[in-house]
Amino acid sequence: MSEPKRDLVESPEQAASTGTLAARISLSQRAGGVIVPVATVVFAFLMGGLVVLATGHNPLLAYRDIFDGAGLNWIFHPTTNTAINGGVPAQAAFNLSQTLLQTTTLILTGLAVAFAFRCGMFNIGGQGQYFVGIIVASWLGVDFAGMSAFPHILLALSAATLAGAVWAGIAGVLKATVGAHEVISTIMLNWIAYYVASWLFGDGGPLHWSGAANATTPLSNPVSPSAQLPVFWGTGGGFGGLDIGFFVALAALVVFWILLNRTTLGYEVRAVGFNPDAAAYGGINVKKNLIRAMAISGAFAGLAGALDLLGGNTSNFQYGPLDVQVSQVGFIGIAVALLGRNTAVGTFLGALLFGSLLYGTTQGLTSNVIQTDLATNLTYIIQGLVVLFVGADILILYLWNSRRRLRPRRAPHAPAKAAA
Amino acid sequence: MSTWTQRLENPVSDGLRNPAATGYLALFLGAFAAFLAIPPIEARSPLWPIAVGIVAIALGIWTATRGRRRLGYGAVAAGLVGIGLGILATRSGTGNLGTVFDATLIAQTFGLGTPLVFGAIAGMFSERSGVINIGLEGMMLMGAFWGLYGADKGGTWIVGLLLGMAVGGLLALVYAFFAIHLRSDQIVGGTAVNFLALGITGYFFQQFYNGQVTGSVSVAPNIHIAGLGHFLEGSIGNLSILTWASFALVILAWVVLFKTPIGLRIRACGEHPRAADTVGISVYAVRYGCVVLSGMLVAIGGVYLSLGPQGNGTFIFDMTSGKGFIALAAMIFGNWRPAGAFGAAILFGFSSALALKLQVYSSQAATLFQILPYVLTLVAVAGVIGRTVAPAADGKPYAKQ
Repeated sequence: MSEPKRDLVESPEQAASTGTLAARISLSQRAGGVIVPVATVVFAFLMGGLVVLATGHNPLLAYRDIFDGAGLNWIFHPTTNTAINGGVPAQAAFNLSQTLLQTTTLILTGLAVAFAFRCGMFNIGGQGQYFVGIIVASWLGVDFAGMSAFPHILLALSAATLAGAVWAGIAGVLKATVGAHEVISTIMLNWIAYYVASWLFGDGGPLHWSGAANATTPLSNPVSPSAQLPVFWGTGGGFGGLDIGFFVALAALVVFWILLNRTTLGYEVRAVGFNPDAAAYGGINVKKNLIRAMAISGAFAGLAGALDLLGGNTSNFQYGPLDVQVSQVGFIGIAVALLGRNTAVGTFLGALLFGSLLYGTTQGLTSNVIQTDLATNLTYIIQGLVVLFVGADILILYLWNSRRRLRPRRAPHAPAKAAA
Repeated sequence: MSTWTQRLENPVSDGLRNPAATGYLALFLGAFAAFLAIPPIEARSPLWPIAVGIVAIALGIWTATRGRRRLGYGAVAAGLVGIGLGILATRSGTGNLGTVFDATLIAQTFGLGTPLVFGAIAGMFSERSGVINIGLEGMMLMGAFWGLYGADKGGTWIVGLLLGMAVGGLLALVYAFFAIHLRSDQIVGGTAVNFLALGITGYFFQQFYNGQVTGSVSVAPNIHIAGLGHFLEGSIGNLSILTWASFALVILAWVVLFKTPIGLRIRACGEHPRAADTVGISVYAVRYGCVVLSGMLVAIGGVYLSLGPQGNGTFIFDMTSGKGFIALAAMIFGNWRPAGAFGAAILFGFSSALALKLQVYSSQAATLFQILPYVLTLVAVAGVIGRTVAPAADGKPYAKQ
C-alpha cells in the first residue's frame, strides 16, 4: 500500500490542466506578456511599503533613499566622475557603477536559472555553481601569476565557466540517467560547494591567504594583477569601479538569445521544455538535452563567480568563508529569471531591478528614514513577494482577464449615455 | 505496511537465509568495524576492524550475488569505510578519542538532530499529501524568530512555542493557497517562502531587537533523569523537552500515516489524487491540512533552535542556516517514511555533532565533515544504495473537475 506506484497513467485532462512548466510559461507569455511581471513588482513594492509603514517609517521616502542609494538618480545629473568626495553627482555615479557590478552578477545567475527553465528544469543550484566558479577562478587567478594579462583572464574565466558547467552537469546526468529530481540534487550540490568553498578559503585551507601574518584571516589569496579585470568606469578594482565583466554579461545575454532562438540546440532544448514526450517522438534525444541544458546553465553561474572574483565585486580580489555564508546571488537569480520570464531582455531588466535593490539597500544607502539593516531585509521581502506572485500567474491572469471581461458589458452603456 | 508485517512474520532463523537480512547484518558489521576502535570498546589493534570489515564485505558480496545488488554493494562500501575509519581511530591517541567519543556526543547528536526530526516529519506530511515543501527552511526560521518573540513578550516559552507554531502554520497556509488553489509551481512557491521568511524575520529582528537579543528569555526546559548510570545519564539524562517531543512525534506520525483512515487518505492524495477524489476524499482539504500541519511542525524545530539548549533564548539572522534543507534531505534519505526520516535526521545530527567535536583536532576537517549529509542524500537520490521513491503525485498540482 505504501509503495508508490510509478507507472500510473495520468488522464489527458489532468495532464492538460496541470501542464508542464514551460507550457505554463508560454501560456502566460501569450496571455499576459509583460503584465504579470510589472503587476508583480508593483504589488511587491506596495506590500513592502506597507511593512515599512506599519513599523513607523515613511515608505515613499524610504524608497526614494533606496533609489538614490542604487545610484539611479544618476540619470538626473549624469557625470563620469566617481570621486568619493565629489558631491551628489559623483556619489550617484559611484553608486550606479556599483549597482551595475551587482547587475553583472545577477544577469549571469539569472541566465543560469532561465536556460534550465526553458528546458523544463528548475536549476536551484546557481549558488553552488557560482561558488565553484569562484573556487576555480581563485585557484587559477592566484597560481598562474606569471602569465600576461589577456590569456590569464581568458584562462581563468573559461576554466571557471567549465567548472560551473560540470558541477551543474552532475545534476543533469543524474536527472537523465536515474531520474533524480534536479531540484533535490542541485540543493545538495549547493551545500557541498558551500562547505568545500568554506574549507578551501578558510584558515589552513589549500586556497587560504598564504603568509604567517594572514594565518587567522579567513580570506583567500588576492588574485594576481594579471588576472584582474580592467576597470573602465571609476578607479581601481575591489569595490572600486565598473569592470569589463559588465560587457561579458551583456555578451552572455546575446549568446543566450542566439543559442535558444537561432540554433538547433536551442530548438531541441525548448522542445524538450515544452513537452519531453513530443520531443522524443520527434526524434530529439531528451536525455542528451537535459544534460546539455543543465551544463549550459551552470556555465553561466560559473562565469558569474569568476567575474565577481576577478572583477570589482569582491573586496581586494579575495573571497572568504564569511562571503560564502552571506552570498545569495544564486538564489536572487531565481527571482531575476522568473521576473524576466526566462527571456534575455527580461533577465537583463530583472537583474537591473534586483541589482539596484541589492546595492541600494546596503552599502549605497545613506538614509535617515530607514536603517540599512532594515532596508536589506526589505529587499528579501520584496524578492520573496515577487517570486511568490510571479509563480502564481494564474491569479494575476485571472484578475486581468476578469477586468477585460467586464469591458464589453460596460460598453453598451457608454454610447447610450453619450446619446442622451 | 506490507514490509513491516512481513518483517514481523519472519522468524529469525528464516532471516539468516534471507539475502535482505544478511545485507542489513553486513551493513551493521561494516559500521561496527569502525566502532570497535573507539570508546567504550577501544580495540587498539587495527586487526579487529579489518577482520570485522572483511566479514561485512564478504556478506555484502554474498548478498549482492543473491539478487539484492544495491544492498550488497552498500554493505561492501560500509565495510571498506569501516575498515578505513577503524584503522584511523587505532592510530589516534586514546586520550583524543576519549574527548570526541563520549556520552555528550550522543546528547549532542539528539540535540542537533531535533530540529531535523521535526523538519523531516513535517516535510513528510506535506509530501505524502502531494505537495513538495521546499519552504521548510523559511517556516523553521519563522518558528525560531516568532517563538523567541512570543517567549520574550509572553513571559513563558509555551507562548513562544504556540506563537512560533501559529506563524509557521500561517506562512504554510499562504504557501498552500498558492500551491493548491492557484496551482503555482511548488518549487517556485517554496523558494519564495524562504526569501519571505528571511526578509520578515530579519526585518522584525532589527525593528524589535535592533539585531541583538538582550535580557533573558524563558527557554524550553531540559528533562533531567537521574539514576541511569554515568554513561546513560550523560547521553539521555539531560535532553530538552522538545527533543523528547520529537521522539514522540515520530511514533505518532507513523501511527497516523499508516494505521489510521486519515493517513490512508493523506497517502491516497499523494499517490493518486483523482482516485482519492473519486471516492469522496476532498483532495484540497487534505492537502491544506497537511501543508499547514507541516508548517506548524517544522516551526517547532525552529522554536527549538531559539529556545532550546543551543539557542538558549537568542536569535541571529538566518538562524536556521540550511537546517530546513538538511531536514528535507533527511526526509528524502529516509524514503518518505517516519522511521527512515528519523534515522536519517539522527544520522545527520550525529555527523554535525561529530563535526563539532572534531574541531578539537582541526577546524578544516570539521568543515569538510559537514558535507556528509548532502553527499549521502545525493548518493541516495542517485540510487546507488537503494533507490528513493517519492509519492507518485508529489509536486503535481491537482485541478478539481
